[in-house]
Amino acid sequence: MGERLRVLIAKPGLDGHDRGAKVVARALRDAGMEVIYTGLRQTPEMIVEAALQEDVDAVGLSILSGAHMTLVPRVIQGLREAGLDHVKVFVGGIIPDEDVYALKEAGVEAIFGPGTSTLTIVEAVRRACSEG
Amino acid sequence: MELAPRILEGDRRALARLISLIEDDGPPAREAMAALHPHTGRAHVIGVTGAPGTGKSTLVNELAKGFRRRGATVGIVAVDPTSPFTGGALLGDRVRMRDLAGDPGIFIRSMATRGSLGGLARATGDVVRVLDAAGFAVVLVETVGVGQAEVDIARTAHTTIVVEAPGLGDDVQALKAGLMEIADILVVNKADRPGAAQTARALEVALELGRNNAGPGKDAAWRPPVLKTIALDGSGVAEVLEAIAAHRAYLESSGLWAHRERARARDDLLRALEQELLGRLLAGVGEAAIEDWVDRIARREVDVYTAVQALIENR
Repeated sequence: MGERLRVLIAKPGLDGHDRGAKVVARALRDAGMEVIYTGLRQTPEMIVEAALQEDVDAVGLSILSGAHMTLVPRVIQGLREAGLDHVKVFVGGIIPDEDVYALKEAGVEAIFGPGTSTLTIVEAVRRACSEG
Repeated sequence: MELAPRILEGDRRALARLISLIEDDGPPAREAMAALHPHTGRAHVIGVTGAPGTGKSTLVNELAKGFRRRGATVGIVAVDPTSPFTGGALLGDRVRMRDLAGDPGIFIRSMATRGSLGGLARATGDVVRVLDAAGFAVVLVETVGVGQAEVDIARTAHTTIVVEAPGLGDDVQALKAGLMEIADILVVNKADRPGAAQTARALEVALELGRNNAGPGKDAAWRPPVLKTIALDGSGVAEVLEAIAAHRAYLESSGLWAHRERARARDDLLRALEQELLGRLLAGVGEAAIEDWVDRIARREVDVYTAVQALIENR
């Protein structure tokens, strides 16, 4: 792993609200990380490709559309197929409780709902990435 | 398997990994660079620089699409600033390069400056060489949004494009030293905005004045064209691609291509030497001794130059 954490922040799917993603990107930046921000309407394939080219330690997905049960597993599977098993995946957005377990089973490191403090997110990313 | 042979075989994951190692600067990166060096020297390295918000990323996106249509593979290095306070960075150039996703003939890498001034990161030159060795025919380097003196790109690129936009300053700005002087091609982007014609004219005038006083080493036979684009819809981009091809032909026919390669090799050598010698000296002297000299200088007991002489002679 590099000396400085690199994190990809992406918004898969079709909803157009990226304020949460930007707040998190800024918080990670202020915590000394290099944050690659990809913007709106990313397909899982685009996210995997960017994670590979940018050699990131973690990927943060912001999803408000309700399509997380399709999009998130596709990103995780894509990362595995690209040989990026070491990349930690975080999800932020509105995720119903009954889906949280399934997403964690699928390989999501942590899920951050509305109202999560940015400090919590920074700490979680740091901890997960230092575990290697 | 080692990284260098994998990169030469087109392994993109190995390429991405080596770029990280180069950014962190260690022995493994240097070994791989040594193995890749014989495979460099083929790519046309094109720098794109200019003030923040002039549309550099959007133009790079359009140029990359144009090169792909012409059958050339494209590596892109996009540099954004590191925060001087936290060491973190927000690298957002991919937002404007969505069109390029999914194309195996394109590789995009975002880089943070990590404290380096001059518009590029310390490691940008090596990253360009790795993309060159990996076989990309064109390497586009987008600098951070620069002011007037961040001209490192001219040492790294064969062809430097300076991007301007209407309404950023009067014609006196165009007369100042710096950016204007490193331009091989000038682009007035956002040409649909009011003032584009005046901006283009001011640049033409400044070029004309500069031409009359061209100093030694200035390639007076190449007159940088001033081109207008609307990168957002691709207008004028074909003309920029033509100008890039013309500049390359000019560099090759005039012998300047080889000249620039040699100038870059000299620059690389001297910088690496400087870094290595400084590292060795500091390691030999020790941090405590350095701090001791710092204290003495701050107390006005000794001046900087005397201290340097003493450090070098008594190590």
